[in-house]
Amino acid sequence: MTNEEIKQSVSAIFPAVTYDESGEFLNILIDAANLKPLMLALRSNKEYSFDFLFCLTCIDWKTHLMMVYHLLSKTHRHNIVVKAKLADVNNPQIETVCDIWQTANFHEREVYDLFGVKFLNHPDLRRLLLDENWEGYPLRKNYVDENMITI
Amino acid sequence: MAETEKMIFPAQLHQTADGGIVVSKLDEMINWARSNSLWPLVFGTSCCAIEMMSAADAKYDWSRFGFEVARATPRQADLIIVAGTIVMKMAPVLKRLYDQMPDPKYVIAMGACTISGGPFFYNTYSVVKGVDHVIPVDVYIPGCPPRPEALLHAMITLQEKIKHETYFGKSTKEEGK
Repeated sequence: MTNEEIKQSVSAIFPAVTYDESGEFLNILIDAANLKPLMLALRSNKEYSFDFLFCLTCIDWKTHLMMVYHLLSKTHRHNIVVKAKLADVNNPQIETVCDIWQTANFHEREVYDLFGVKFLNHPDLRRLLLDENWEGYPLRKNYVDENMITI
Repeated sequence: MAETEKMIFPAQLHQTADGGIVVSKLDEMINWARSNSLWPLVFGTSCCAIEMMSAADAKYDWSRFGFEVARATPRQADLIIVAGTIVMKMAPVLKRLYDQMPDPKYVIAMGACTISGGPFFYNTYSVVKGVDHVIPVDVYIPGCPPRPEALLHAMITLQEKIKHETYFGKSTKEEGK
């Protein structure tokens, strides 16, 4: 599908989404509450068939956090980016997608480890890269580490 | 004692009718044996480990100096070459490996990361700034990464250090060169 076709067809099911085509990929912006149904549709719907989640990460914009999902379809050779805004910086929460794409399991653990995003219904949400007793989330802009030497 | 003399067997053989008697000093004998059969632990955490593997291969061949028996278990190793960045999560693992090695044991800090944190000294939350915060180091090699020749030099330096030890305690004698 072309980007235009994807836009039309996604808007038919989810009228609330907005788009951003300024970058390399077609970006679909959706609110966090509706992320799971959208993702399920993108994976299971035959005409999208996004069977590969090749990047899952998070961005700290200070005022809010933004979850970013890069999706690719191996059958249709099209790709998109889905973004979901997490408005509550102190308690960011979003539904897990690791039941849709298994690879999200570790990616979400990494985002939890470094950004502190809580993934609801994740089967094993533990720290991945840092040890279990670590305090804080190092990739957050407001992270403070007294031992860190900055220049 | 000149450097060339120390490399050879530190004893005199006295011929007798039924064979011979070896006369030596205990310290020199033990140090000779220890320094020429240092078994390194297979331990590498990043790019320095590639140079370390290179030092073990046929081109640089550290077995010429008695290091060929790299051990995959700390219980059989005498020497740990800390080859690569040590992060906070790895530090307890490194400490445990060191603790599991039987005495006498030696440590070579290979490369900038293990000396001070190196390129990760500034603006990093996860890297240990010098492996000597975790375990005692015998020889430091600067470099990012050091070449295999530098590692060989460090290992030979360690052998020299061992040759100045006393059997009771790890204290170093005055270098009488």
